[in-house]
Amino acid sequence: MSVASATRAAKSTTRPGGTLYRGHEGMWSWVLHRITGVAIFFFLLVHILDTAVVRISPEAYNAVISSYQNPLMGVGEIGLVGAIVFHALNGLRIIAIDYWRKGVKYQRAMFWTVIAVWVVLMAAFIPRQIIVIISEVQG
Amino acid sequence: MTTIATPRSPYTRSPRRGLNWEKAGWLYMRISGVILVVLILGHLFVNLMLGEGVKGIDFAFVAGKWASPFWQVWDVLMLWLALIHGANGMRTIVNDYATTRGMRVTLKTFIGISAVGLILLGTLVATTFDPCPQVSVDQLDLLPSFCPPQ
Ligand code: HEM
Repeated sequence: MSVASATRAAKSTTRPGGTLYRGHEGMWSWVLHRITGVAIFFFLLVHILDTAVVRISPEAYNAVISSYQNPLMGVGEIGLVGAIVFHALNGLRIIAIDYWRKGVKYQRAMFWTVIAVWVVLMAAFIPRQIIVIISEVQG
Repeated sequence: MTTIATPRSPYTRSPRRGLNWEKAGWLYMRISGVILVVLILGHLFVNLMLGEGVKGIDFAFVAGKWASPFWQVWDVLMLWLALIHGANGMRTIVNDYATTRGMRVTLKTFIGISAVGLILLGTLVATTFDPCPQVSVDQLDLLPSFCPPQ
């Protein structure tokens, strides 16, 4: 590295460069994949426990599941579905990078495809969920 | 004395015997991932988009699904694939961030116990489920409509 480029590298604090993975789509997709993976895992632990209550009695299950049926949880479900849909779509992108010959070349385009499909699916789910939330409030 | 390989000699893998577990786990993440896309997005669509959404979920809704082996198999498959996938993913993350051996062993033990315990619990619940259990008279309307009169 020349002195000039070393100084340039030291100055550019906002955009780390020079590695394949830091910054940009490659890093952020990984960060999001990791955070959503952990979040889904913890939700799944709780979700198996709440579903297991069906085996106790109809009354007990309805009581537990009704704690999901309020506006706060309704909004939380939008976050949960958003996390799962991102993780699922980006998971397919990871698999394509590993197995498709041109996967690495198109990883950036595939990231933005993931975001686009995510927006479409969420645009289908969110209005539907808002209607459900409103009907929950109205009883 | 250590011998240094001739410069530029081609890389050779050290021979290993037996199953490469790390590679099996890597492969599993991908195979289970593809199947989970169908199972989980289908699950979300049927439970949250169709009908009344999450508002419509109650005992009778679950009973209506699990009266059919199709949804029992769907859900048990989803349970096993997702928990093992999630637990193995969590293991990777623990390996990345936990700095001491003790911490790694502790966290991975917790992850393993939760995964195995919940797989057993979930499988038991879904396979021994009775859509028309005996209930007291005031709870008869909580049962699905296809249940015979008690
Ligand atoms: C919906 C379908 C899913 C797909 C397509 C998918 C795909 C993937 C892929 C390809 C990986 C990367 C593995 C690697 O880098 O070697 C991964 C990691 C992971 N997944 Fe999933 N997954 C899905 C569902 C889930 C679910 C339901 C959970 C939680 C129970 C989960 C939790 C995780 C975790 C915790 C990781 C590790 C993340 C990391 O190492 O940064 N995934 N997933």
